[in-house]
Amino acid sequence: MSTAVEVNDLVVRFQSKRSAVVAVTDVTISVEPGELVTIVGPSGCGKSTLLKIVAGLVKPTSGTVSLMGQAVSGPQKEIGFVFQRAALLEWRGVLKNIMLQAEIRKMDRAAATRRARDLIELTGLTGFEDALPHELSGGMQQRVALCRALLHSPRVLLMDEPFGALDALTREGLNEELNRIWRETGTTIMLVTHSIAEAVFLGTRVEVMSPRPGRIIRTFDVNLPKERHYAQIMSDPHFDQLASEIRSLLGSNASH
Amino acid sequence: MKKLEAWWRPVLVLAIVFAGWWFVAAQEYVPNYLVPTPSQVWETMTGQWDFLMRNSLVTLWETVVGFVLAGLIGLGTAVLIAYSRTMEKALYPIVLFAQVIPKIAIAPLLIVWFGFGLTPKIILAVLIAFFPVVISGVAGLRSTDPELLDLSSTMGASPWQTFRKIRFPNALPHLMAGLKVAVTLAVVGAVVGEFVGATEGLGYVLLVANGNLDAPMLFADLFLMSAIGIVLFILVEVAEALLIPWHASRRSGVPLTTS
Repeated sequence: MSTAVEVNDLVVRFQSKRSAVVAVTDVTISVEPGELVTIVGPSGCGKSTLLKIVAGLVKPTSGTVSLMGQAVSGPQKEIGFVFQRAALLEWRGVLKNIMLQAEIRKMDRAAATRRARDLIELTGLTGFEDALPHELSGGMQQRVALCRALLHSPRVLLMDEPFGALDALTREGLNEELNRIWRETGTTIMLVTHSIAEAVFLGTRVEVMSPRPGRIIRTFDVNLPKERHYAQIMSDPHFDQLASEIRSLLGSNASH
Repeated sequence: MKKLEAWWRPVLVLAIVFAGWWFVAAQEYVPNYLVPTPSQVWETMTGQWDFLMRNSLVTLWETVVGFVLAGLIGLGTAVLIAYSRTMEKALYPIVLFAQVIPKIAIAPLLIVWFGFGLTPKIILAVLIAFFPVVISGVAGLRSTDPELLDLSSTMGASPWQTFRKIRFPNALPHLMAGLKVAVTLAVVGAVVGEFVGATEGLGYVLLVANGNLDAPMLFADLFLMSAIGIVLFILVEVAEALLIPWHASRRSGVPLTTS
């Protein structure tokens, strides 16, 4: 099986009229199918840009990117993308927001509806199928966005600080849910975060990025069981050791 | 249910204004040939009902056709401007020119070109009403969350799918605000057209009544003009309530969840 995501010698420079900013430089990452790689770094280190490049939404200045063995040259369809803000259509209820994915991809309607209902159950949104986004809390909105990103069973799920705007408790709950969903679906996930705890809790591997221009300064393998719960993981010495190593790498820039 | 409790407030204000008018006119603080009493106006309105209705329908038709055309042309222009920088540069000066030129000044020209029929009135209504539609449409189409556009790219959406499912519904609240302004302006356009050259319509009736110093007829005519504007405005509001019940401006409910 080919590598899920392969990024080689990536450089991204944003050119404006007055200045050029190097957002990302010399980034090389490869993600195997079924892995959950978290990328942690301070604000503005280019980690979101990295995800957008993998999705084909931003063109790199130099370097190569491939997804499931195919070179990325434009927006990718074989992925699911979850943004920091849920980015829901405020005129659609929960089920219909999830079904947007099916409508645009022209998936079989009945099968997609069945899958959407399964995902709604999986993420604990049962009973809210017709609720409009403004009637939902931030955490629930993000669950809807997650369901929408999973509807077409993408091989690779890209998540850009998906829980960054949520309070700590909601966030831990959703982290445990994401861990379960990842185990149950076997989806390859790349998740960007600025929370060290989240990065270690979720990841099978943590890539640490430096402040701008962003580069990978270290890679940590997380040797924790696949099934994780906060109470048990937080007291694991391996978790503590990883978290404090990452914290010292990032200095005082990172929060949580 | 708050709406039902508050209905009497505007009614009360109107009643006070009406009573004030009645008092001033009945006491002849102002001569009757300048300000007639409400009862004189009422008599004119009921007495000449058929005549007034026939002319109201002419103005109403000009207004509605002008408004619908302004909506379509305005939306089309807004789409071109929002989607293409080139079209924006090409179209904005024309749109702005059409807006700043005094409509009353080009009305005679339109009469010369298109005669005394309905066409010049409809064109004037369109000219005066389409500007707010363009501006609100552009603002609405441009207000799409960039993340939603990124999202639609990762879904492989065609430009048409993105427009129909994301950008257009997202622009509707802005667009409806523009349409509400436009519908009241369309009435103005139609009447201005009738002032300059017409043989029927409320604007024409107003000019004739003015020439005859027929104050009750003038007032009756003014009431009907306002009524057209108000009724059309309410219809657009109803359309808005049906089209965007989800929007913040129309919300009254509370969140279902708090965590």
